[in-house]
Amino acid sequence: MAMVNRRVNLNRIAVHAALIFYTLIATCPIALVLVNSMKSRNAIFGNPLSLPTPATFDLVGYQQVLEKADFLLYFGNSLVVTVVSLALVLVTGAMAAWALGEYRFKGNTVVALYMAVGIMVPIRLGTVSILKMIVGMGLINSLTALILVYTAMGLPLAILILGEFMAQIPRDLREAARCDGVSEYRIFTAVILPLIRPAVATVAVFTMVPIWNDLWFPLILASGDGKQTITLGAQQFIGQYVTNWNAVLAALSLAIAPILVLYVVFSRHLVRGLTMGAVK
Amino acid sequence: MADVSLRNIKKAYGKVEVLHGITLDVKDGEFVVFVGPSGCGKSTALRIIAGLEEITSGELYIGGKLVNEIPPAERGIAMVFQSYALYPHMTVYKNMAFGLKFAKTNKEDADRRVREAAEILKLTPYLDRKPRDLSGGQRQRVAIGRAIVREPAVFLFDEPLSNLDAALRINTRIEIAKLHRTLKATTIYVTHDQVEAMTLATKIVVMNQGRVEQVGGPLELYHHPRNQFVAGFIGSPKMNFVPGRITAIDARGVTVEYGEAKPVVVPVGGDGAKPGDTVSLGIRPEHMGEGSAGSVGFTGTIEAVELLGEASYLYLRRNDGTPLTVRSPGSTIAEAGATITASCNADAIHLFDEEGNAFSRRNAAVAA
Repeated sequence: MAMVNRRVNLNRIAVHAALIFYTLIATCPIALVLVNSMKSRNAIFGNPLSLPTPATFDLVGYQQVLEKADFLLYFGNSLVVTVVSLALVLVTGAMAAWALGEYRFKGNTVVALYMAVGIMVPIRLGTVSILKMIVGMGLINSLTALILVYTAMGLPLAILILGEFMAQIPRDLREAARCDGVSEYRIFTAVILPLIRPAVATVAVFTMVPIWNDLWFPLILASGDGKQTITLGAQQFIGQYVTNWNAVLAALSLAIAPILVLYVVFSRHLVRGLTMGAVK
Repeated sequence: MADVSLRNIKKAYGKVEVLHGITLDVKDGEFVVFVGPSGCGKSTALRIIAGLEEITSGELYIGGKLVNEIPPAERGIAMVFQSYALYPHMTVYKNMAFGLKFAKTNKEDADRRVREAAEILKLTPYLDRKPRDLSGGQRQRVAIGRAIVREPAVFLFDEPLSNLDAALRINTRIEIAKLHRTLKATTIYVTHDQVEAMTLATKIVVMNQGRVEQVGGPLELYHHPRNQFVAGFIGSPKMNFVPGRITAIDARGVTVEYGEAKPVVVPVGGDGAKPGDTVSLGIRPEHMGEGSAGSVGFTGTIEAVELLGEASYLYLRRNDGTPLTVRSPGSTIAEAGATITASCNADAIHLFDEEGNAFSRRNAAVAA
C-alpha cells in the first residue's frame, strides 16, 4: 500500500515539476522585461537577472517613454486597429460561418474552400501585392489599411472555429426557432450567438494577440505620420549604434498591459470554449 | 383550427424516394396519429407538413390554402420536438414567449397567453427557471406550452414521449389527451409506439416504407386490419400468423388446412381465391386460450412463460416450427417444456392471402 502511494506521489511531483519548469520558461522573458524596465541602465547590463534594489531602481525608461507625447498616440493607434479589426472579424466571421454552414446556395462549397485556403496560406506571402493594392487605393500610411489587412488575416480561422461550434448546436433548436415564427436574423442573434459565446471568446483571443504584437504590416503599410502602432513605437528606441534599453523595455512593459486585461476578461470563456466540444 | 390535406405528396432525397405518394385528409379537431416502424416516413411526412422539408411533388393544404412554398412560421403550425428543443440560455417564460415577441403580439397579450398556458400545464412555479434546472417531464411540458401559446391552427408532435421514462410517458400521454379535449385542436402526432397511437388517436394512419397501409379509428384497425402488416403492427403482443392452405370455399366461409387435426372454417368472404391457395391465419394472443375451450385447436411446446400478474403470455412452438403466443390468465400453472393444447374461436380468426391482403370478414365484431 505504502509502495503504491509513494509511486503515485513521485508521479505527481514529477508532473508538477515539469509544469513549473515550463511555466518558468514561458514567463521568464516577460518577467525579465518587466523587472529590467525598472532598473537603471548600468544595472540592466551589470546584473540583468537581479531584481531592482533601492540603488538600481530607476524609472527613467518610463519617463522617457511617457514624456515623448507620441507614445500615447501609438498606444491609441494599436488599440484602434486591434479593436476595430476584432469587431469586424467577429461580426462578419460569425455571419459567414452561419451562412456557410446553414444555407445551401450556389458557390457555397467554393467559398468554404476559399476560406480554407486562407488558413493554409500565410498572408505575409502576399505582402508585395498587398502593398501595391494599398498604394493603388491611396490608403498607404493609414490605419484603415492595417484594419483591412488584419480582418482578411483573421477571417478564415474565425470562420472555421465559429463554424465548428455552430455545427454542434442541435438542428432541432434552429427548426424550433423557425417554427416559432422567428426571422433568420433573429435566429442568428437571439439563439445562435448566445450559444457560441465561448467560441467567440476563443476567436477573440486568438485574433487580437497577433494583431497587437504585429510589427510586419505596420512597418510596411503605416510607418509614418503619426500612424505608428506601439510595436513600431518601441522600435524607435533601437538605434543603429546605440539602443535605449530602458525606454525599449518600458515601452514593451506598457504594451503588455491592455492585452493582459483583455485576456483576463476573455479567458474565463476561453477555457470553456476549448474543452466544450470534447464531452457531449 | 383548420383542416390539413395531403394530395399525392412525394418526397425524394436525390434518387432515393422516401414517400411514394401520400394522400390524406385531416379534419378540423381530429387527433391523427402517424404510426409505423422506423424508416417508414412518418417523421418525414410530419416535417413536410411543418415546412421543414421541401415537397418533391404533390400539394399540401392547410385550412384550404396551398402552403407548398410557405415557410413554417406562416403556416399556422406549432411543433413539439422529440428532443424538446428548448433554448438553453432562456428561462421557461422567455422560451414560451420567444415566438410571440416576433409575431408582433403586444406585451400584455403575450404575457396573458404565456401565463394561461403555464397554468394549464402546471408550469407556473417554474417560469423563472432555465431548462437545465428542469426534469425531463417538465421540459416536455415547456415544449408543449411553447406550442400552445402560438394558438396555431394545427399542432404537430414528433415522438414527444420517446425520451421519457415509462411512468412519465403514461402520465404525459393522459395530459396530451386532456389537452386535446380542452383545446379541441387539430393535432398530428407521430410515434412508433402503437399503444400511444391506440390511446390518443381519433384516427390512425399506419405507414410502412413510405406508403399509407391503412387509415381508420383505433378499434377499426384492431378488428379489421386490411393487410398482414397492419394486423401485425397494431396490438401487443403481435398477432399470431399460422400458414395454411385453402381446401374449400363455400357459403359458410373458407376452409383452411393448417397442420392440425381438423381444418378450420374461417367465416370470411371468398374474395376470388381458389382451393390450393396459400393463406395465413391471423389470431391475436388475447383471443387464444389454454385448453380446448375454443373450436379451433393448436398444439405446441411451451418455450417460455412470461408472468405479468394480471395475465401470463405463453410462447409456444408448434411441430412445424411456427411460433404461437397465447394469453393466459395470471393464475396459469403452465411451465416451459410442457406440450399443451391452445384454442380459439373461428370468428376471431383473420385470413390473409399470399400477398398479405386480408379477406373481408363476414361478421362485424365490434363497431369501429
